Amino acid sequence: MSIPTELQYTSEHEWVRVEGDIAVVGITQYAADALGDIVYVDLPAVGKTISSGAVVGEAESTKSVGELFAPVSGEVVEANKAVSDSPELVNSDPYGAGWLFSVRVTSLGELISADAYAALIAE
Amino acid sequence: MSDALILSPLDAIHRELGASFTDFAGWDMPVRYSSDLAEHHAVRTAAGIFDLSHMAEIYLVGPGSGAALDYALSGTLSTIPLGRAKYSLLLNDEGCILDDLVVYRMGEEEFMVVANAGNRFVAADAIRERARGFECVVRDDSDSVALIAVQGPNSATILAGVAGLEVEGLSDLGYYRCLHATFGSTPMIIGRTGYTGEDGFELYIASSDAAELWRALTAAGEGHGLVPCGLACRDTLRLEAGMPLYGHELNSSLKPEQVNAARAVDLTKDNFVGREGVQAGVSAGAVVLVGLRSEGKRAGRADYAVHSNGRTIGTITSGALSPTLGYPIAFALVEPDFAELGTVVDIDVRGTAIPATVISLPFYSRKAQQ
Repeated sequence: MSIPTELQYTSEHEWVRVEGDIAVVGITQYAADALGDIVYVDLPAVGKTISSGAVVGEAESTKSVGELFAPVSGEVVEANKAVSDSPELVNSDPYGAGWLFSVRVTSLGELISADAYAALIAE
Repeated sequence: MSDALILSPLDAIHRELGASFTDFAGWDMPVRYSSDLAEHHAVRTAAGIFDLSHMAEIYLVGPGSGAALDYALSGTLSTIPLGRAKYSLLLNDEGCILDDLVVYRMGEEEFMVVANAGNRFVAADAIRERARGFECVVRDDSDSVALIAVQGPNSATILAGVAGLEVEGLSDLGYYRCLHATFGSTPMIIGRTGYTGEDGFELYIASSDAAELWRALTAAGEGHGLVPCGLACRDTLRLEAGMPLYGHELNSSLKPEQVNAARAVDLTKDNFVGREGVQAGVSAGAVVLVGLRSEGKRAGRADYAVHSNGRTIGTITSGALSPTLGYPIAFALVEPDFAELGTVVDIDVRGTAIPATVISLPFYSRKAQQ
């Protein structure tokens, strides 16, 4: 199970890459595997202000629906159109081409390290 | 992981293959091996192999077996020829559905009834109770019989090449026909049956020999696109094929006529459990099962409400974005006024009204695609 050490994580199985005041957000491989093949992704609109912990979208697989939570607070600056068009990118490359949206951060939510996330999913 | 879950006789193979598991009716069964979409497409275009060992196998043996089944189930089983299979229903006294099953006639005085795993004890107890007074023995062999299905257009080619499988007449075996075979020295039953909407076979064998059979099938499948398939794709395959799933489209408060299953009931036979209930019919507003098609990618799912002009007129029982067809499909139980083909309703997809049209079943037919 891939858990890149340079990323931060949430207990809702999302990852965050903080670059300056921008946070790029996706779901972890663990979450993508658990959902199964993702066939539809509903992402927050660009310009929308989101607050950490709130539901901002959905990822649907053939079998189930997963909610997307905002891992940070701020304004959505980009939603990954490639993922809207080809949701399977979330399964095939969850930490790369399968990223979901980016946020201009006003405050970080409760993020955990790769080690802590690995421990969480091992439970 | 609960240690109370029952393990399939093929459990070690599934773990070797890296399957993800799900609790299905108390069994720890593979939900997918890699991608449920890839597995789904493999069955539609090549072949898939499924472990269905959770299914229940109940045998009736003796001169009164056929008559016992005629009384216990909705259809007439006593007159089906040797080597035939037939879909039937187990009804309660009210004429509502306790289970749906497939009955195989394996001898003049021998039948195998295959019931859903979740209804194993309901079905076995009811059949045993109803068979009392008939000259036959009822035996629930679910714990010692494994079921492996090979489904998809290449499945006949694959079965023809299985090392150690001795069987006569397999190439001519028609749909819903069955025959005896041996694998090594182990007797087995092969039915040309399935739950995917494709050509395919279901193989019943002693649990102790199931792993060896799985490996032989897998070896025969090399070069023919055979992939191991989990229960996730089985569900989308059967949904596309318009096949009901007990607990979703069928339950103990529904009568056959509400769920397009009246054909499984033979009212011409003398007496059977549920006859009066079926004959009494249903109340005027009783819900009926329909197929729904929507546009876009968002599917209605089990228990989502179906609306018309803001009023709830039904409930989704199963739904998915159809992997083969590319649009969302669903089964729904709706008020009879909304059951006509072409009727447009709204599915409440987590607060968003998604329009859907009542269309004819099945959603997918392999004949229509050819």
